Order: sequence, then C-alpha cells, then structure tokens
Amino acid sequence: MNLIGGLALALVLAPLVAALSCLLVRHARACEALNLIASVISLGCALVLTVLVGAPASRLWDDYVVIDRAAVWVILCTSIVYFVASVYAIGYMRLLQEERRLYRFYALFAGFALTTLVAPFMNNIGLYWIAIELTTIVSAFLVAFEREAESMEAAWKYIMVVSAGISLALLGTIVFYWNGSFALGPTYQMTWAALAQVAPKMNRSLLIFSFLLVLVGYGTKVGLAPMHTWLPDAHSESPAPVSAMLSGALLNTAMIGIVRFLAITRAADLGQAPELILVAFGVLSLFVGALFIVRQQGIKRLMAYSSIEHMGVVALGFGFGGPLGIAGALYHMLNHSLNKSLMFFGAGNVMRAYGTRDIEEINGVGGYFPVAGALWLAGAIAITGAPPFGLFLSEFTIMRAGLKPSFSWAVYVMALLLIVIFVGFMNHFRRMYYGPRDEPAPSGAVSAWCAVPMWIVLVPLLVLGLWWPNAMWQYLASTAQSLSGGP
Amino acid sequence: MLIQHLSPLASSLFSLEAIATLLLSFVMLGSRWLKNYLYAFAAESWIIAMLSATAAFFGGYPELYGIAALTFFFRGIVLPLLLWRIIRRLEVDREIHAVLQPSSSIVVGALFVVFALAVAFRVAERLNVELPITVLALTVMLSMTLIGFLILSVRHEAMSQVLGLLVLENGIQIGTQILVPGMPLLLELVILFDLLVVVACFGVLVRYLEIHAGTTSILALKRLVG
Repeated sequence: MNLIGGLALALVLAPLVAALSCLLVRHARACEALNLIASVISLGCALVLTVLVGAPASRLWDDYVVIDRAAVWVILCTSIVYFVASVYAIGYMRLLQEERRLYRFYALFAGFALTTLVAPFMNNIGLYWIAIELTTIVSAFLVAFEREAESMEAAWKYIMVVSAGISLALLGTIVFYWNGSFALGPTYQMTWAALAQVAPKMNRSLLIFSFLLVLVGYGTKVGLAPMHTWLPDAHSESPAPVSAMLSGALLNTAMIGIVRFLAITRAADLGQAPELILVAFGVLSLFVGALFIVRQQGIKRLMAYSSIEHMGVVALGFGFGGPLGIAGALYHMLNHSLNKSLMFFGAGNVMRAYGTRDIEEINGVGGYFPVAGALWLAGAIAITGAPPFGLFLSEFTIMRAGLKPSFSWAVYVMALLLIVIFVGFMNHFRRMYYGPRDEPAPSGAVSAWCAVPMWIVLVPLLVLGLWWPNAMWQYLASTAQSLSGGP
Repeated sequence: MLIQHLSPLASSLFSLEAIATLLLSFVMLGSRWLKNYLYAFAAESWIIAMLSATAAFFGGYPELYGIAALTFFFRGIVLPLLLWRIIRRLEVDREIHAVLQPSSSIVVGALFVVFALAVAFRVAERLNVELPITVLALTVMLSMTLIGFLILSVRHEAMSQVLGLLVLENGIQIGTQILVPGMPLLLELVILFDLLVVVACFGVLVRYLEIHAGTTSILALKRLVG
C-alpha cells in the first residue's frame, strides 16, 4: 500500500472510528469533539490527496478501489462540507435541547459522512450501488432526527422514493453487465474501466436502455426533475447541518456515478443521444427549480429547490461535454457545495432566531444580525450566479461549453431561467431584509460556532470568483479528459 | 453462458419457477388483506431461493447455493416475520382506500406483462438470442419491476409500499439469476440491504406511530407540499 492508499484509508477510517466511538462514549460534548476531529482529519487527507493524485488513476485492493482525480474532487467537496457542517453542528444542535440523544446524531452524522466519502472510490459498479444505498439508509435517520410529524413524513418519502429509484439503477447495472457478458463471458470484473473497454462491442440499443435506467435511478438520488420529489422535503425537514451535507455532499456523490456511466456510453460512440437525455433532465430541473423558487414560502425549501436548480446546471455541464463543459461542471460542484452550506447555515440561524420557517414571518434580518445577516446575503447573491463569486465563473464556463449548434437552445433556456431564479431569489431576500420590522425582535445571538463556518466557506467562494488558479484548471482539464470517454 | 446450454429439464424448471413468481405477484396485486400480501411475498421468496438452487445445480455455480440459503433465510423468513410483527402492531388488516380496486389492478398488471413481453422480444431479437428462457427471464424481470411500481403507486398502506419495493427487487433478482448468474457478490449484498431498508422503514414507522397514533396510510402524508 502506498501513500495515496494510506491517505484514502485514513480519510475513510476517521469518520468510521468517530461514529463507533460516539456510540461507545455517549457523552454529547465528547461526541462533538470526536466528530469534529474526524472531519478535520478527512479534510486534511482530502486536501493532500488532491495535490498528490496524478492524472493516471491508481487502483488498489484487487481493483475494488479507484483513486482518480474525479473521485478525489468529489471527495474534496464532501470533506469540506463535512468539516464546516461539523463545526456548525456544534452550535446548532445545542439549540435543539436534545442533549441525551445528541450522541446518536453525531454517530449517524459521521456514518453518513463515511458512506458519502466511500462511494466515489468504488471501482466496482455493484459496490458503488451499495454505497449509494447505504447513504440513503443512514441519512434517513438523520432526516427523521427531530421527530416531528413533518420530519417523519420527509424521511418516509425519502426512503421510499429513493429506494424505488435506486432499484432502477440496479436493474440498469444488471442490464449493463448482461450486455457486457456477450463479449467477456459470464463472469468478469465489473469495473468502470472494464465496461468502458467492452462498450464498443456492446449492443447499442441495450446500452442506451441500461443507461436510461441508470440515469433515472441515480438521477433520483441527484434530485434531477422529475424524480426530485423527495429532495425539498428531506432537505427542509432535517437539521441544518444535515441539510448542508445532503445538498453539498450527497448529490455530488450520486452525480459522479452518472458521469462515469456517461463516460462508458461515450466510449461506445452512441452519437449524442446520452448527452441529449442528460441535457433534457438538466433543463427540466432548472425549469422546476425556477418555478418553485419564485413562489416559495418556506425558507429551507427555497434552498432545496435551489439545489435542484444547481444539480440541473451540473447535469447540463456534463451533458454539454468537452473539456470546458466537464471542467465547468466539476468546478460548479465545488462552488455549489461551498455556497449551499453557507445558505443552509444562514437559514438554520434565522429559523432558530425567529422560530419559524416561513419567509413571510422573517423580517429585518440585516438589522437584527448585521454580520451573520450580511454573510447570508452575500451567499444569496453568490448562489444566484452573480459576480464576483465562483458560481458566476462556473455557470459562465458551462454556458460557453454549450454554445455549439446541437445544444445552443439549452444555453438560451438556461440563461433565461437563471435570470428568473435571480429575480425570484433576490425578491425573497429583499422581503426578509427590508420588510417592515413590526414583529417582536428575534431571540438570541448567532454563536461563534454558527458564524465562523459561514466565513470559512464565503472567503474561498469570493477568492475563486476573482482568481482562477492555473493549477486548478490544469487539474480540472485532465479530469475532464479522463471522464470524456475511453478507458 | 448458462442459459445457452441448458438441458430441457433445467429450462422447464426455470420457466416453471419464473412463471410461479410472476403469478404470486398477481396474487399480491389482487388481494386487499395485508396478510395475504405477506404470505404471497414469502412464497415468492421461497421460489426464488429454489430458482437459485436450480441455477447452482445445473449451471455449476456453487456460490448460488449460498444465495439460495440467504434468500430463503432473509427474504423468506426474517423479512416476512418482521413485517408481520409490524402489521400486528399497527392493527391494520387491509387496504382501505386503494386508488385502484384489486380487480382493475390485475388488469393493469396483465397489460404490463404484455408490454414487458413485447420489450423482451425486441431485445432478444436485437441480440440474436432467441431462446425462450431469455425472453421469459426478461419478461418476468421487467413485468415484476412494473408491478412493483404499480403497487407503490396504487396502494396507500405503508406496509403495502414496503412490499411493493420488495416485489420490485425480487423481480430484479430473478432476472439476474437467469441472465447473469456470474455476479453473485452483488446479489448477496443486495439481499442483506433489503433487510436494512426494511429495518429503516420500521424505525421510521414506529416513531411515526409514537406521534400519531392511528393511521399509517400515506394519504396522511400531506404536510409537505410546494
């Protein structure tokens, strides 16, 4: 085992150890610390891995694990969100007055981080499926943590919709394997690379059929419309740190599976059909996101629909393809992870302070919370894709990638919908910041645990919007190369 | 491949077992009583376990015996027992507000089978494998997936939904065993995962009941909209 393998192992073991020891210790303060330490270790390993992992992928442990740049990039997004959400959770979860059950929250939280960190590394398509299924099971308990009727409803819908969707992905995986077995014989390694190699010899119509099944299956988990129905409920009813993890970490983890399957179909040279399907899902997600953002009343549901919108943008980037499209989509994943954590943290603070989740009942945020309110507002400007933040750059890159004859229609629709979303989003924030301040003042100040993570994510978001490090673009371009087809 | 050189006996056994599972999913579609669902599901799982054993015996895949045992134990005994306990605890015997009456859902299910058969024929034609058993396996796999979704969409009792999900996965498992018996590891894990899903559902349901004593119809789940 080399250094890269060791780091990957440490990255995954840290949350595992934290989860197990939380169950043993059962002391709320100790569990907070354990989870935080695990998240710091994971983040450190992910950062070092990002620097170390070169363009050729390394495969470890009998080919069951693949450590390539695409996986490491997703892991980096996940571990950043895990870290900031762990800091935020310390401040936020104390407000819930659930001291006795808190150890369970941290055990599940670390377990959830573990499953999301493991999935992108899976080189076997079957094991990847299992890792994604595990994320659902663990996070369903986190969604239901607050034990209100709404949380239960959200958890139930989450389990049922996502499990049904993901069984379609299983069906697709099996059809993929069956299709390959005509060329490779009844038993072979189900790795991404093996399938990409055999793809040109596969039956084309069956390949498209299986890709569709996989896309709908994992698309359910990504929250692409029209399979998104679980997402607003689960994201809005879970505690704010969990919402951040669901949105910033989990969605990317499922997206990478779709992208890897897409790379297999690209190797088979199917023309533009798979890309076109992905682009269609992306546009529909943007459309649904825009409609529900404009008329939204719940503050966290607003953020959830914004996640659907941004996953639509990422799907468009991967669908447009080419180095620009894929690099832009990967970059957008990072920006979205940073920004959406900020938005959910802000929403959590406001919800606790005002004791409501209705946008209409929240007034004068800027006046009551000058610093945290300003951070949240800056995040809102960033999430709509306005300059000078990172999302502007990544959305702009994706649009540029789409400006080719076959996809230009999608770019125009995307531009239009992004403007609608900007207006709708800003209108909600205008109401919350400058509405009449006749209500009794909200209670409590925002603690440092809840404010510091907002700074931690906003600063890189601003830096990445103003300055494009050359090394990062090289990195993304080489990742795009490996994801655009061929073994 | 296994299915390309099967003895007539083996291939008729496979067909018999596949058709029996499909029929049992119609029993589930046609019944209102939750217990009958459960019995049909348990019987279906036993037949699938038999099918795994058949595939292991005739195809020379000793791992499949393990899957047969796992399927029999977990899907045939543990899951039904768990679900049975939940049903008893919930004190709901039957589906009260089904969107589609059992008789109509059988008709819709039959249409799904016809559709699946048409798809299976086309696929087999494109692949140049015109063995009846391939067509049958594909038909059963696709139609049970569709029937699973049908149960999910027309039944409102929480338990029926869990069972719908399991029918869906039974269909996938049966197809897998005939078409690609060479991927055993995945299947074993999938069987265990079903158990986890059901346990997760169980946890959520029990907590839900602590809050609202009474209904477990998903029609009550309408707080979160928009």
